[in-house]
Amino acid sequence: MGRTLSEKVWDEHVVRSAAGEPDLLYVDLHLLHEVTSPQAFEGLRLAGRGVRRPDLTLATEDHNVPTVDVDLPIADPVSRTQVETLRRNCTEFGVRLHPLGDVEQGIVHVVGPQLGLTQPGMTIVCGDSHTSTHGAFGAIAFGIGTSEVEHVLATQTLMQSRPRTMAVTVDGTLPDGVTAKDLVLTLIAHTGTGGGQGYIVEYRGAAIEALSMEARMTVCNMSIEWGAKAGLIAPDQTTFDYVEGRPEAPKGADWDAAVAHWRTLVTDEDAVFDREIVLDASEMTPFVTWGTNPGQGVPLGGTVPDPAAFEDEGDQVAAQKALEYMGLEAGTPMREVKVDTVFVGSCTNGRIEDLRAAADVIRGRHVAPDTRLLVVPGSVRVRLQAEEEGLDIVFKEAGGEWRGAGCSMCLGMNPDQLAPGERSASTSNRNFEGRQGKGGRTHLVSPLVAAATAVTGTLSSPADLAADLPA
Amino acid sequence: MEKFTRHAGTGLPLRRSNVDTDQIIPAVYLKRVTRTGFEDGLFAAWRKDPQFVTNRPEHAGATVLVAGPDFGTGSSREHAVWALLDYGFRVVISSRFADIFRGNSGKAGLLAAQVTQDVVEQLWKLIETEPSTEIVVDLQERSVQAGALTAPFEIDDYTRWRLLEGLDDIGLTLSHEDDIATFESTRPAWKPVTL
Repeated sequence: MGRTLSEKVWDEHVVRSAAGEPDLLYVDLHLLHEVTSPQAFEGLRLAGRGVRRPDLTLATEDHNVPTVDVDLPIADPVSRTQVETLRRNCTEFGVRLHPLGDVEQGIVHVVGPQLGLTQPGMTIVCGDSHTSTHGAFGAIAFGIGTSEVEHVLATQTLMQSRPRTMAVTVDGTLPDGVTAKDLVLTLIAHTGTGGGQGYIVEYRGAAIEALSMEARMTVCNMSIEWGAKAGLIAPDQTTFDYVEGRPEAPKGADWDAAVAHWRTLVTDEDAVFDREIVLDASEMTPFVTWGTNPGQGVPLGGTVPDPAAFEDEGDQVAAQKALEYMGLEAGTPMREVKVDTVFVGSCTNGRIEDLRAAADVIRGRHVAPDTRLLVVPGSVRVRLQAEEEGLDIVFKEAGGEWRGAGCSMCLGMNPDQLAPGERSASTSNRNFEGRQGKGGRTHLVSPLVAAATAVTGTLSSPADLAADLPA
Repeated sequence: MEKFTRHAGTGLPLRRSNVDTDQIIPAVYLKRVTRTGFEDGLFAAWRKDPQFVTNRPEHAGATVLVAGPDFGTGSSREHAVWALLDYGFRVVISSRFADIFRGNSGKAGLLAAQVTQDVVEQLWKLIETEPSTEIVVDLQERSVQAGALTAPFEIDDYTRWRLLEGLDDIGLTLSHEDDIATFESTRPAWKPVTL
């Protein structure tokens, strides 16, 4: 019987396999950041161990850094200590670091692909659940905890039980104005937050193949939001074209050898998945969340659901609690929900294509009164590219804020946070209670919906703006 | 890691599903560079409510958390496990755990015991009716016992063995260092390096 893509990549990385034990899996690339690594380095130090393969390890500063005044010392002394600890650890253990102020600094999941370090068929881990992003290249990539970070630093391997396999096939063509973000939010509303638990998911079908690499990263990024171990997409010409020529991509004869191998990384026709989900892209619309987990979403044209309408009693309670937290009434059209802050950024939607899409909507328009627009590039390279294209001017002329690179308002850790009760439309990945700041209320949206919402002040799509297109 | 064989203690009923790791410990509490001291961040937002279960005197000193399905979703922060341990929990019981949380628990010595939702409901009723009910979690037997209730729980064989023996993963893996070196010698030359 044939094998699926994820089984092929898995098999290529098994160092040791024994009955009754998880596989020992080799890690091709280990990404680090300041928040989940300090205790791992301390563990190495206490045990007198070193980093086995610093040459397969890369660190950036992203979660706990400011996005303004990045040339000044970090104001919060506890945050500064954490960032300085990463710098000391990288120096001591010989790990390459792109610190704040470096041209390659940025969100770890934006930096890996743009450097060309993320390549098809790799195993990639990081102490961050959105490591699934790198699956867009046909890599097995997943988030790990700090104990596992220490394990990878010391051994370059991980003990992992082989997950089951799932196919998510998205047929058809996404309608205009419907993006990869809408696709994945639609999927998560369909499966719930636990639907992917225990599976490595392969996204496939015509609608997936038609996506750019950046859009594929958006889809794979959100794999963890429905509980999947990892999500990946078979590499194809789109993938090869994206990787070719990047600083760390193979060159010359190495490139040819690599591509020849990458072309074998497809699911065999006779391979069988443990589970399959089929969705039709042509039926999808802009999609937004109303609740406090990413599975609580509806089409933008829909209304806030009535908790009593859920079949499962647990879902009813969860919906009731979510509405209370979100300050929403059942039956309210989503388009009438007024938003205070619009956040465009994060490892989900902070790449150049996302910023271009948002800028195209904003261009010539103005941010609504009482609405704040925060645009945060995913990396310094993305920022520089956007500035070269004049996108920063577009956002600033519309009344938006243009920031430095980092995780920013995605996670309520650095200075960019919502105030209690403040409501956001956010291109990030989590609408958990307090995720963007204590008491903050988050609606997850695509960059297009974010930009249109910034203009109207209520949840909107670009189609809602068509009537007032400037001359 | 300390060995885990059997634990007896009172329970804390957390009647919520989808308790994500941002609720278990919000990001602002992740700034420490030490491995201990995270108890102040546990359920930080919810604990502000005086009626929240952790604030109820009848549940003081509980060491077994009984939670709704999909516990530990979201962020990979192992700080969520550390916060639970630092606060005094030794066991979390739920009908479904997020993968990363489950893995982190096994590494850090917190037992994540998976039972059916029906068992969760029975435990909730028991400990809400009689908060002093002792819950006995036996890893050797893979069983939960409280009052008249005895139920099996699921945990994978390997994690169970490691917890029972209190084994250090890194030490185990390094005993296979020859295998790692052999594997490394076969990696294609075109694979990327960072240095």
